[in-house]
Amino acid sequence: MARGLLALDHARLRFGGIVALDDVCLEVAEGSIVGLIGPNGAGKTTAFNAITRLYRLDSGDIVFDGRSLRRVRPSRVIRLGIARTFQNLELFPNLTVLENVLVGAHVATRLQREREQKRHALETLDDVGIAEHAHRRASGLPYGTLKRVELARALAGRPRLLLLDEPAGGLNHEEVDELVGLIRRLRDERELTILLVEHHMRLVMEVCEHVHVLNFGRTIAAGVPADVQRDPAVIEAYLGGELAA
Amino acid sequence: MKARIPALASLAAVAALLCVLPFTLSDYNVSLVAQVGIFFVAVLGLNILTGYTGQISIGHGAFMAIGGYTTAVMSRDHNTNLVVTMVMAFAICFVVGLLLGLPALRLSGAYLALATFALAVSVPLLPLQWSKFLGGRDGVQTAKTVSNVWLYGAAWAVSAILFVLAWLILRGRVGRAFRAVRDSEIAAVASGIELPVYKTLAFGISAAYAGVAGSLFVLATNGFAAPDEFGIVLSLKILIGAAAAGLGTLWGVLVGAAFIALLPTVSSSVPVIGSSHGQDVVFGAAVILVMLLLPGGFAGLLTQLRRLKRA
Repeated sequence: MARGLLALDHARLRFGGIVALDDVCLEVAEGSIVGLIGPNGAGKTTAFNAITRLYRLDSGDIVFDGRSLRRVRPSRVIRLGIARTFQNLELFPNLTVLENVLVGAHVATRLQREREQKRHALETLDDVGIAEHAHRRASGLPYGTLKRVELARALAGRPRLLLLDEPAGGLNHEEVDELVGLIRRLRDERELTILLVEHHMRLVMEVCEHVHVLNFGRTIAAGVPADVQRDPAVIEAYLGGELAA
Repeated sequence: MKARIPALASLAAVAALLCVLPFTLSDYNVSLVAQVGIFFVAVLGLNILTGYTGQISIGHGAFMAIGGYTTAVMSRDHNTNLVVTMVMAFAICFVVGLLLGLPALRLSGAYLALATFALAVSVPLLPLQWSKFLGGRDGVQTAKTVSNVWLYGAAWAVSAILFVLAWLILRGRVGRAFRAVRDSEIAAVASGIELPVYKTLAFGISAAYAGVAGSLFVLATNGFAAPDEFGIVLSLKILIGAAAAGLGTLWGVLVGAAFIALLPTVSSSVPVIGSSHGQDVVFGAAVILVMLLLPGGFAGLLTQLRRLKRA
């Protein structure tokens, strides 16, 4: 395995009496697609928020490309090369789709001319297949399209590591199939490393090369999808749900 | 791109009209239209802060006071060229706005509204505290006064310059960052936007605009700056003007400014209740009506009409 681009090192985070991350160790190899799964409240999104510095770890460390993120401000995270999407969409509703992507490129385009920036943003929209919506206001577009807008906005920051929080959430069967292909293609073409949180097991099993399972903030299993799927602890955590079937 | 040609055409039409007006209007009406220009600058400034960046201010009368006193004191003490005092008012208010923007970083919504309200109440009291320098209750008189035509020219020249400046600031990367902060702070931060930088910058620019409006405002009252001129009502008027304009667009600003500049005059001549006391009632009623009927302001009305036309 290639060296880890991102590593959580004994990450611990509590909210009052609840331990959201309990001694989590996780490594994401450069160029890989890793799934972070677990039942609701397992700490998946918390892990994303800790990586992007919205939350502060109580102890432990997060290391990206050999550098600790402990003292990095949230607005600097993208400059280091980490972009994310949000579970419940955090778009700029009154901006056009194109403008949303241009904001995503805020740090990547400091010295570029406006025309150049727009061309890049349009290319990115084209890449995720929603170029025809470029000049529409973000609010009012279908959910699946908005998910793509967020993806394009994250890509516009030219990240090395992409954090996708439930990219398949709310998508129909067909859209999920497309998403599998899209995630793989983006990784290959843009030399990305991808960490994704997902409940949609088929997507996880198809697209991830490595899966990390959390339950109540603890790691209960980690490995290749096929092994994790058979792990008794995982099956129990999901109460004989999707994975056991 | 397509929207640009009619926009430019209407802009040119407005500019042409404003150039012709002083030759056709009475001296009194020239002063009224000059008032519109003064409020245009103030509303434009508040729109950058509230409309574009999503930070409310009920305290812009305070920045107008600072700008107005800058002009009055510089003119009284050094007989400084009045245009130079406007540039100074812009610079001083920009810095004051940046500084006041720092504590505002920790506030939002109703709390920011209250904090700026406090500003509107307290700043006009400063001349009473430092009455030797700022004239106390008696105010400060400029060394020179200006004619209504001079005021008209100055107000609309300043409006034009600051409109273009606002357009230049807002059209690209900075303006997008402002609007991103307004729409979602969390996503703005994730996109690498430094909230403190853009929020204080918006405060500074907005205050600077209000400062210049304040300079003109003092010149419009025969060069006389007094605490009572800059009370809370002035701050509220600017906020009402910005709301009537439609937050977050540049085009409605002209109507918003006309609304607050002309309505008090128009409403004093309304039959039955229109009188020197009744005008406040009419003004209040008109404000309520506009807020009810045009929640998106005049700019929102334009958007709706365009949609109707398309449908």
